[in-house]
Amino acid sequence: MTFSFLRRSETAIALVLLVAMGLIGLVNPAFWDLANLFSLARSNVIIGIMALGVLSVMISGGIDVSFPAFAVAAMYLTIRAMLAWGWHGVVAPFALAGAIGLALGLVNAFFVSTFGMIPLIVTLGTGALVRGALLGLVGTSQINIDRMPQELIDFGNLTLLSRIGPNGTHFGLSAMILLYLLAALLVHLFLTRTMLGRGVYALGSAPEAALRVGFNRTRVLFTVYGLAGALAGLAGLLHGSMIWLANPRDFVGLELDVIAAVVLGGASIFGGRGSVLGTLLGVFMLVMVANSLIIMHIDTTWQRIVVGGIIIAATTVTSFRDRRQLA
Amino acid sequence: MAFIELHDISKRFGGVQALAGVSLSIAAGEIHCLAGENGSGKSTLIKIIAGVYRPDSGTLRIDNDAAPLTPIAAINHGVQVIYQDFSLFPTLSVAENLALPSELRARRRLVSWSGVRKLAAAALARLGVAIDLDASVETLSIAERQLVAIARALMSEPRLLIMDEPTTALAGREVARLFAIVRDIQAQGIAVLFVSHKMREMLDISERITVLRNGSVAAAGFAQAFDEAALTRAMTGHDITAQSYRWRPRHGGAPRLELRGLALPGVLAPIDLALHAGEIVGVTGLLGSGRSDLALTLFGLRPRYQGEIRIDGRLVHLRSVAAAIASGLAYVPEDRLTEGLFLTQSIHRNLLATSYAALAPHGIIDFAEARARADAMMREMQITATDGNQKVIALSGGNQQRVLIGRWLMGEARVLILNGPTVGVDVGSKAGIHERIRALAEEGDLAVLMISDDLPEIVQNCNRVLIMHRGRVVEECGAALLSDAELGEKLKALA
Repeated sequence: MTFSFLRRSETAIALVLLVAMGLIGLVNPAFWDLANLFSLARSNVIIGIMALGVLSVMISGGIDVSFPAFAVAAMYLTIRAMLAWGWHGVVAPFALAGAIGLALGLVNAFFVSTFGMIPLIVTLGTGALVRGALLGLVGTSQINIDRMPQELIDFGNLTLLSRIGPNGTHFGLSAMILLYLLAALLVHLFLTRTMLGRGVYALGSAPEAALRVGFNRTRVLFTVYGLAGALAGLAGLLHGSMIWLANPRDFVGLELDVIAAVVLGGASIFGGRGSVLGTLLGVFMLVMVANSLIIMHIDTTWQRIVVGGIIIAATTVTSFRDRRQLA
Repeated sequence: MAFIELHDISKRFGGVQALAGVSLSIAAGEIHCLAGENGSGKSTLIKIIAGVYRPDSGTLRIDNDAAPLTPIAAINHGVQVIYQDFSLFPTLSVAENLALPSELRARRRLVSWSGVRKLAAAALARLGVAIDLDASVETLSIAERQLVAIARALMSEPRLLIMDEPTTALAGREVARLFAIVRDIQAQGIAVLFVSHKMREMLDISERITVLRNGSVAAAGFAQAFDEAALTRAMTGHDITAQSYRWRPRHGGAPRLELRGLALPGVLAPIDLALHAGEIVGVTGLLGSGRSDLALTLFGLRPRYQGEIRIDGRLVHLRSVAAAIASGLAYVPEDRLTEGLFLTQSIHRNLLATSYAALAPHGIIDFAEARARADAMMREMQITATDGNQKVIALSGGNQQRVLIGRWLMGEARVLILNGPTVGVDVGSKAGIHERIRALAEEGDLAVLMISDDLPEIVQNCNRVLIMHRGRVVEECGAALLSDAELGEKLKALA
């Protein structure tokens, strides 16, 4: 009983992560520099927040590949609106970005739940549609730092723990990490402590049985796709604030990284399985590998190879696990 | 006083009269058996009792209340159904599987994990079984999953528990444990409606039996008033003669199939066996006896076997399915739906699946010839269908099995391996399939290896029986002098 945590897949992921950190540290001691660790933590935020939404969708037995498009739409529309109306503030823009993401996510939910359509096809379609509409109807010009709303830049710049580096430069731990951890905690509580959250697992585990015991499929689907959309919207605007740039062509191909991170964190493509803790670890692993490739000056095209390899390796391991338990 | 009373119930789906004037009453605390072949209306009747279907005519009273029944109302009256698939959540823990429905009924919004464990522990304690609450359901055996499903159904304090084909996936000893639990449930004053088509079990467990045939009650009464022959007659409408299979050795020559020291490390101990043309040899044993591994080895799915396999005296190397088929082996798997048939394809295509190469001498399929051969096989196997273009998914279980067996007979099969040839097939079609198998062995010069749990089936159709246990053949006996009860005793002694 006391050692049951050893059998959990999160433990295995954490162990792999520790070994990987040890190896990377051996190859490149600069990995352990505080500045590098802080930058690593900062890189977790955007992918991580998106991953929380994708995790919920995957546990319910679905998949979402539209969220990067939703994220970029929420970011670009919100910032354009702020510029057009001379609008200021932080909370209201984030509320708008979240609402845009939510609304788009509910469109996914509508098609999946009402017509019983395959989530991959629905979200491929809505993603392409939103991206195309954004570029075609709203604009293709990127908004640079000189026009970015100052409040957002200041917000994205908030740091905890400021330090001065050996060469006299300032660095710190981005406060955005707190937002990420807060979102993770809320999604964790939703998934493990609410009946609706357990319904997400039940639906992903055995859809027919979930209906028979009285779970409401429609409600579960609207919740998970809405959540994924809303988190993507928030992450989109946060991303713009952190890099001081709103590029309507951003996030292309990000769905692959996020899904890789979620699968790496032990969630099953077939639904019914996955946890927030695992996803946090999976995101950290993915970001850490990408980060190490950068500090080792490896070409970015090679990073795609690594991400693809990670997806294949992680799904191989999990499908072996699932098959063993089915047998 | 009857707990539930159905009077003159009829139900029609489109052009099909599923139920016609069925009456049935179940008293409180009674074990009642609902018997009938596939398609006799059993499932429709269950769904009417569970409130899923509304009858077209007739009355249904629960507790003397004749209000129209909805699923919720049925549950509130204490009707619980355990479906064949158990409706469990494989990736969730035992505790959660048990507690989720009650938590939902209590309209909770938040989950209290200590409450879940407490509820779950109490539910298992009531059944008197010990299952790890933290294990996920997918790691449990079928029998354990069934216990979880029963424990869960009992949590809602039911007064009638409907069990749909509960023994289909269980081995002999597990059936005995299930029956003990069912009697225990009865002792708590709960009525049980036991749906089955296995006659021995029905006679064993139930107090009253209602037999459906073509949507009407064909017979009903106390279990003591029935014997197997009477039940069979009621279910099928005619007598099915049980005559055991005799095999006469023919002119000499090498055996069709000969095994010399066939072994799979860690799974099968060396086996020596000779199977002659026209023989039907039964293989039985408890779960995990290695009998399925034997079949899979012969079909090329266990390439790392040791020892020799000879067909008609010629040494063959069965390291792949293609090699096994080319050597004249045919295998009809246990789960025809997932392992054998292309459900959404036509009967013709299913029959021809392994023959296309032979029908395409120059790489181009001769479709006229293919159609002619497939039609001939449909007649030979007596497959009931509108035509060969009908999709296999629309056929009854018995006809599906005929398609699968027929496929292998299209080729040049010399050894036919049947794994559970009539699992899920009803009594009438079962007799028909047995008759085909015997005729094939006798006239078609096949050697047949029949793996089955159904002891009467083995005793009736085989001339020899092998009993396997823990990977070895522990006994071989002639079937002529054997009764299925004796065979059952031998198996029990192993357990």
